Amino acid sequence: MADKLELLDILLDDARESSDTIARQLGCSESEVEAMIEDLEDEGAVLGYQAVVDWSHVDRDHVEAEVELNLELDRETKYADVAGRIAKFDEVTALRLVSGDYDFDVTVEGDSMRDVSMFVSEQIAPIPEVTQTVTHFVMNTYKNRGLEFTDRDEDDRLSISP
Amino acid sequence: MKLSDRAESTPPSGIRRFFELAEEMDDVISLGVGEPDFTAPWKARASAIHSLERGQTSYTTNRGMYELREAISEHVPRYGLNYDPEEEILVTTGASEAVDLALRALVDPGDAVAIQSPAYISYGPGVRFSGGDPLPVSTRAANDFVLTYDDLERAGAADAEVLMICYPNNPTGATASESELAEIAEFAREHNLTVLSDEIYAGLTYEGEHSSIATQPGMRERTIVFNGFSKAYAMTGLRLGYALGPPEAIDAMNRIHQYTMLSAPTTAQHAALEALRSCDDDVAEMRTQYNRRRQFVISRFRDMGLDCFEATGAFYAFPEAPYDDEQFAEDLLHDQGVAVVPGRVFGEEGHGHLRVSYATGMSDLKEAMTRIEAFLDGR
Repeated sequence: MADKLELLDILLDDARESSDTIARQLGCSESEVEAMIEDLEDEGAVLGYQAVVDWSHVDRDHVEAEVELNLELDRETKYADVAGRIAKFDEVTALRLVSGDYDFDVTVEGDSMRDVSMFVSEQIAPIPEVTQTVTHFVMNTYKNRGLEFTDRDEDDRLSISP
Repeated sequence: MKLSDRAESTPPSGIRRFFELAEEMDDVISLGVGEPDFTAPWKARASAIHSLERGQTSYTTNRGMYELREAISEHVPRYGLNYDPEEEILVTTGASEAVDLALRALVDPGDAVAIQSPAYISYGPGVRFSGGDPLPVSTRAANDFVLTYDDLERAGAADAEVLMICYPNNPTGATASESELAEIAEFAREHNLTVLSDEIYAGLTYEGEHSSIATQPGMRERTIVFNGFSKAYAMTGLRLGYALGPPEAIDAMNRIHQYTMLSAPTTAQHAALEALRSCDDDVAEMRTQYNRRRQFVISRFRDMGLDCFEATGAFYAFPEAPYDDEQFAEDLLHDQGVAVVPGRVFGEEGHGHLRVSYATGMSDLKEAMTRIEAFLDGR
């Protein structure tokens, strides 16, 4: 029986890989692969499958910002309560509680710097528990989700023997 | 200009001729090249860069940086090998130089050098350059391309001075188990053969652990082991290898090395040192990827109806060609733009097979397999 971790490894590398190809790589049957994927989805281990996009190759304005948030909580409010509220905004594509100088690390995406600024100032900053926001606009992305944002190398290994 | 008989009589590599054909065409997927498609681990590259920044551009000692030899001596016990960095390790410009040095140090004109076959294409010419006579010893698909006592006996290897083996093997992908190596070792001891064991693919063993013939009883003193950084560490262009052997053999090889190559490239030695110190995880990751590709390729060939031996090491599959291997490889290249190497390039015993390198990304491999299937279906 193939290993779920091995399967995850393949999906992390290429979520579009066919069950047939995965089965051949893992030396198991296609139905086993499909069952494992179903299990991983049911267990909530695999939440979805998304493309990693280099927006510089797409004819559309796209702005991303990393926003640091500091919070002050009262006895009845937990981090998760505030997080639940912030996470519901479509503009928020990632939200993490982090250690260090601030509490939440929020990734906000929009069509323009103005969109992102307005969103942070009008939707996030006014949340009662939020005491401070610091917005860092992403100037360029060099690597994301383990993929380097460079031109793909051509295979030039034909020129040597033996 | 008068050329030497040795140079004149050495044919160009059969692989080379095939690549030249492929290079003239567009949209070719090459499964012919014996080189990792991965890049050397970044830590190793960073170390090479750092060594240049520090101006470490001088020769090292002939035998290689002591620190590197020490790291090698700490690395090889994973294969059951123990060698003294002072006297029993020589760092060379690729494992190829190590093979050449060993042949020149051991072979006298007219000496027979038994070479398991099919074999890496440089061994035969290497033996001739050293003045020796190559004696091919056929391995058979029925024995998973592992040399047997009978194979050696049948080929007349008892009269040879040296036996050249390579496991995991290029071109077949075969690995040899302890018991299989014991049989070869028995023959070598009985007939007083020195064994040259090319273990450059040791880090790319997929089933079980790599085993070295030098660990067999009575073999350490009659074996020279070759390894290097080209394959498992994807460092082909850095040209760094090493030889492990008894002090007198390493000393003799070093005497030739000091008059020819002097020392291996310093920058590459720094990269290699870092590779040994901190790149085990990178190697493990590459091995995992190769293993998946291996299973994919073999299973695809079998489903296409091509008999394909279960290669368990290196990064080659060695399926049977449905008809004449050279013709098949040429037809496949012209018809579908997929380059594979005809087995006969690796010696008589490779006839009827194809060497298919899976050191190529999964997307290209998938496309190549689809094209091969289309070619077979269209016949």
